[in-house]
Amino acid sequence: MFSSQVLFFGFGWLFFMRQLFKDYEVNFQVLQSQLEVAIFHMTNVQNDSRYFHWKLNLYITLVALIFIVPFYIGYFVVSNIRLLQRKRFLFACVIWLAFMYFFWKLGDPFPILSPKHGILSIEQLISRVGVIGVTLMALLSGFGAVNCPYTYMSYFLRNVTDSDILALERRLLQTMDMIVSKKKRIAMTRRMMYQRGEVQNKPAGFWGMIKNLSLIQQEVDALEELSRQLFLETVDLHATKERIEYSKTFQGKYFNFLGYFFSIYCVWKIFMATINIVFDRVGKTDPVTRGIEITVNYLGIQFDVKFWSQHISFILVGIIIVTSIRGLLITLTKFFYAISSNKSSNVIVLVLAQIMGMYFVSSVLLMRMSMPLEYRTIVTEVLGELQFNFYHRWFDVIFLVSALSSIVFLYLAHKQAPEKHMSF
Amino acid sequence: MASLERVKVLVLGDSGVGKSSLVHLLCHNQVLGNPSWTVGCSVDVRVHDYKEGTPAEKTYYIELWDVGGSVGNASSIKSTRAVFYNSVNGVILVHDCTNKKSSQNLYRWSLEALNKDSSPTGVIVTNGDYDREQFADNPIPLLVIGTKLDQIHETKRNEVLTRTAFLAEDFNAEEINLDCTNPRYLAAGSSNAVKLSRFFDKVIERRYFSRDGNQLPGFADRKRFGASGTLKILHYD
Repeated sequence: MFSSQVLFFGFGWLFFMRQLFKDYEVNFQVLQSQLEVAIFHMTNVQNDSRYFHWKLNLYITLVALIFIVPFYIGYFVVSNIRLLQRKRFLFACVIWLAFMYFFWKLGDPFPILSPKHGILSIEQLISRVGVIGVTLMALLSGFGAVNCPYTYMSYFLRNVTDSDILALERRLLQTMDMIVSKKKRIAMTRRMMYQRGEVQNKPAGFWGMIKNLSLIQQEVDALEELSRQLFLETVDLHATKERIEYSKTFQGKYFNFLGYFFSIYCVWKIFMATINIVFDRVGKTDPVTRGIEITVNYLGIQFDVKFWSQHISFILVGIIIVTSIRGLLITLTKFFYAISSNKSSNVIVLVLAQIMGMYFVSSVLLMRMSMPLEYRTIVTEVLGELQFNFYHRWFDVIFLVSALSSIVFLYLAHKQAPEKHMSF
Repeated sequence: MASLERVKVLVLGDSGVGKSSLVHLLCHNQVLGNPSWTVGCSVDVRVHDYKEGTPAEKTYYIELWDVGGSVGNASSIKSTRAVFYNSVNGVILVHDCTNKKSSQNLYRWSLEALNKDSSPTGVIVTNGDYDREQFADNPIPLLVIGTKLDQIHETKRNEVLTRTAFLAEDFNAEEINLDCTNPRYLAAGSSNAVKLSRFFDKVIERRYFSRDGNQLPGFADRKRFGASGTLKILHYD
């Protein structure tokens, strides 16, 4: 039953990834292999064959992460630069070697090196990948923990009316009309200059026209910038209006309720992270198990705590991460247009694949804390001796930093937006 | 410039196919040096001599509105884009010869621009499928332009050209295939330049000279005549 629930989660993830990359023509091989790993990660390792499969998948992921994907990224980045087009294979190798060097150096300041293991042992690789992955995961969780309640709760929705939207659209069209009329003047003047240039008449008027042109051109540039701003604001207003409408439906109310629930969970996580750092301790049990234990003791219900807590904590953590990735991507695409052109979309997808892969590997490390006690021993067995406590501490620190900075960031963004619309 | 004299042509297509480069080439006869991401809509003006070389020659300023493909397919973006589709006199559909998906998306683009009855979420009010007959009656002239022709290897060229020819036929439109970084394709006297000129002439003709010189009602006015969902249009003799 556990594996079926896990498969369900895995399929949900697959579906989500498909949605995300719907418009990109990219090979899904790496992503799919990672999805398989995710599914197997969460599978119960009671059977020996499963144990073997799990180890195999871990190896494959590591190979993919460390060798294949960075190489591809380097390859695509290099092929975008026109100068190096000829020898792109060579340069891709160079970039990959540089990546490996930095990757190795990364391990030095952290207390993960132990003289018992060789150079290419699995512990070394996992430890390094783990560090990066844990950092990324903590960043994303921190952002997600703040963004998730912000997105889902309708408390934060600004009030947008139809007349607001119409007024803004009118302004946009007026700006476009002004741009058009100025460009017509430029075109007309250019034509006259061209025709007069043939006749070589009145050179004085010629210079006046050139000055006139550059002036109009500057005005056009300013107006075009304004039109872009107005366009983006209109899009924003439309999106907010749709969200308001959505929140009035039954589904919207349901998500609103979930949002409250999640926000409590997220606040709890932030609180626990703070406590862990301040009091210098590592969490022995996960919050969900504790919560359920307390509830069960209080209510006196016959409840298989261990069985359910594992499911619930997996799902909760998974949902938070999924939401955070989606929210982060949406925010990124809003602010970084230059990145996602047709050429570099491949690079972006590969970078994402890299991030996801590292995240999945490190999630195995962190899962240890979310799992009940008996499963922890299994994980420890597979991964060998690694300093797990270090990872938990590191996660808490980065999580807290990320959460706080995203609170500040979202607060600023929220404050800035209403002022713009109140101006008219 | 009175607004009555406006000739508005939309330039539509997926993001990254080369609409901005194309518009720059059409308006300035120069290659665009630094193509960057278009946010919202950018307009440019082309000076066109209607009926060039005949006594009836007249100069018109054609506005090329380069819309779209910028920020994604969310319904809020579609609703915002709809603002630019008012009173359109012609449409240039741009696709990338190296990218099949961009050609397929042209059906969606044309329906979005020409069928303003569709709801902003993208669900077309017609039967949902593309219908060639709608375009046979369409009063708005269409032109299909395929870009990045230079990136297609010689051996594959025929296959690609056949495909694009079918595409243009579906829209009942002329087609031009070119490379926006090379003005040679639109050199004066070449067949591409002639097609382009004919297209713009057709746009101006439909706009100004139909039925005793009266102005043809704009496409948005179609709604007043009871069209609901299908593209039934006025038939004039």
